[in-house]
Amino acid sequence: MSKMLELKNIDTYYGNIQALYNVSLHINHGEIITLIGGNGAGKSTTLMTICGVLSPRNGSVVYEELDITGMKAEKVVSRGICQVPEGRLIFPELSISENLDMGAFLRKDKDGIKHDRNYAYELFPILYERRKQMGGNLSGGEQQMLAIARALMARPRLLLLDEPSMGLAPLIVKQIFEIITKINKESGTTIFLVEQNANLALKIGHRGYVMENGKIVMTDTCDTLLANEDVKRAYLGL
Amino acid sequence: MNSRGQAAACPLIVYGNRIGTLMEYFLELFFGGLTRGSIYALIALGYTMVYGIIELINFAHGEIYMIGAFTGLIVAGVLGALGFPGFAILVLAVIVAVIYSAAYGFTIEKIAYKPLRGAPRLSPLISAIGMSIFLQNYVMLAQTSDFLPFPSLIPEFKIPGLTGIITSSEVVIVAVTVVVCVALTLFIKYGKLGKAMRATAQNRKMAQLVGISVNTVISATFVIGSSLAAVGGVLIASHIGQINYYIGFIAGIKAFTAAVLGGIGSIPGAMLGALILGLTEAFATGYVSSDYEDVFAFALLVLILIFRPAGIMGKQPTQKV
Ligand SMILES: Nc1ncnc2c1ncn2[C@@H]1O[C@H](COP(=O)(O)OP(=O)(O)OP(=O)(O)O)[C@@H](O)[C@H]1O
Ligand SMILES: [Mg+2]
Repeated sequence: MSKMLELKNIDTYYGNIQALYNVSLHINHGEIITLIGGNGAGKSTTLMTICGVLSPRNGSVVYEELDITGMKAEKVVSRGICQVPEGRLIFPELSISENLDMGAFLRKDKDGIKHDRNYAYELFPILYERRKQMGGNLSGGEQQMLAIARALMARPRLLLLDEPSMGLAPLIVKQIFEIITKINKESGTTIFLVEQNANLALKIGHRGYVMENGKIVMTDTCDTLLANEDVKRAYLGL
Repeated sequence: MNSRGQAAACPLIVYGNRIGTLMEYFLELFFGGLTRGSIYALIALGYTMVYGIIELINFAHGEIYMIGAFTGLIVAGVLGALGFPGFAILVLAVIVAVIYSAAYGFTIEKIAYKPLRGAPRLSPLISAIGMSIFLQNYVMLAQTSDFLPFPSLIPEFKIPGLTGIITSSEVVIVAVTVVVCVALTLFIKYGKLGKAMRATAQNRKMAQLVGISVNTVISATFVIGSSLAAVGGVLIASHIGQINYYIGFIAGIKAFTAAVLGGIGSIPGAMLGALILGLTEAFATGYVSSDYEDVFAFALLVLILIFRPAGIMGKQPTQKV
C-alpha cells in the first residue's frame, strides 16, 4: 500500500493559541483510518488543517506526493479531498437536491453528476423522498445523511468524516457506519474517520490514531487499539 | 383632449401647475412612487447582497451610486460634444458607469474590508464610513461642490392615454428596474455563481469545503451591487437633471432604509422594501405635505420593525438556527 496523505510535524494555531503539537500521521490508499480523542483534543483542527481552511504554522501536508500545505480550501477540494464537517453544516435554505448540487460544485461532467446523484439517492432513499424540501427542515440524522451524500457528490478520493455519529440514535449510527464501509469497499474511497464513538470507529477502521491535548499519543492497528488497556479505560468506558 | 372629456363626471383639482381629475392625480403619484421605488431598489440590492454575504453595512455604497452618476455625466458630456444621438449616449453612459462603479466596488472591498475580515465587527464598519467620507471628498475636490446640470438622456416619447401623468423617463426607469430585478432573481436562483452566493451567505465555512472560492463570491457580490447602483445613478441623474458629490449620502440612507424594511440580507425583501418606501413617500408627499416625506418613511420603518423586527422578508430571530 502506498501513502496517499501524510502530515509531517504539524503545529496549528488559533491566533496565539496552539491547538496541534507536532502532529504526524499518514493514510494509505484504500484505508479506513480512525482518529479518536476526547473533547478539545484537536481532531477537528486536524481535519481543517488538511482541508486548507486552517494553515499550519509549522510542518507540512503532503497529498499524492504533492506538498499542499497552505493551499486554499477550494484547490484542496479540487484535488479530491472532501470533508463532512462536525455539526454537518447543511445549507439550510437550499433544497436537498440543491445541497447535493453544491457538493458537485467543481465538477463539469453533467452525466457523471446525474449518475452520482442517483447513487446518493440509492444510498439514502429518504433524501430522494424529501429532495424538494429545505435542508434546514431535515432531522439531525437526515442532515448527517445529506452531508455525507453531498460530500460523495464531489467524487472524493479521500473522504474526511468529523464525528458522523454525533447526536444520533444507535440504529442510525449503525446504518451510517455500514454506509461508510460500503463507500470504502465499493468505490475504493479512502476514509479518515474522526470519532468519539471509539468502539464503533475502531471496529470499522484498519489503523487508528489516538489524540490527546493536540498530540498524537498512540497509533496501531484498530484491533490492537481495541484490546489496549489504556484505550479501553479512556475511550471505551470499560 | 378627448380622454379628458370622458372624465367630466370627476371633480377637477388643481395640483402642482396642472389641473386634472383625482384619478389622474393618484396615477401621477403612483408612477412617481414606482420611479422612486425603482431607484431605491437598484441601490438597496447592493446593501442587502453585501450584508447577506459578509454581514457588513457597506456605508460607501451610496458613493458608488454617486460615482456612477458622475461617470455618466462625463461620458454624456464627451459623447454629446461628439454629436452622438441621445439614446446611444444613454446606453454608453450606463455601460461606462457600470464598469467604473464596479471597479470602485471591487477595489474598496479589497483595500478597506478584506484586510479586516476576522477583525471585530465594528472595524470594517468604521472602515466603511471612512471610505464613504473619503469618496465624497475625493469627488468634491476632483469635480466641484456645486450642483452640476445633468443632461436629459432619456428620449421623450408619448405614452398613449397617460400623457402628462407619467413621463418617458419614469417609464424607462421602472422598465429597466423590472428587467434588472427579474434577471438578478433568475441569476441567483439558477446561475452557478448565484447558487454559490446563496451557499456562501448561508454557511461560509461549508461553502469553502465544497470548493467555492469565497473571495471570488465576495468580489462578485460587490461588483454586481455596484453595477446596479451605477445604473440607478445614471438614470436618476438624467431624470432629476442635476448631481453633486453628496447625492450618494441621501439616496444611500433611503435605500438602506428600504433594505432594512424588506429584511436586510434578503434580495426579494430589498425589492419589496424599496417599492413600499417609494410609494409611501410619493403618496405622503402628494396627499399630506412634502415636508413630511421623511417622517412617513421612517414612521413606516418603525412600524414594520415593531411587528417584524427582522424586516418584512428577513429571517425572524425565532427562525435563526
Ligand atoms: N475557532 C477557534 N478559536 C480558538 N480556539 C479554538 C477554535 N476552535 C477550536 N479551538 C481550540 O482548539 C482545541 C482543539 O479543538 P478541536 O475543535 O480541534 O477539538 P476536537 O478534538 O475536535 O473536539 P470535539 O470532540 O469536542 O469536537 C481546543 O482547545 C479548542 O478550544
Ligand atoms: Mg471536533
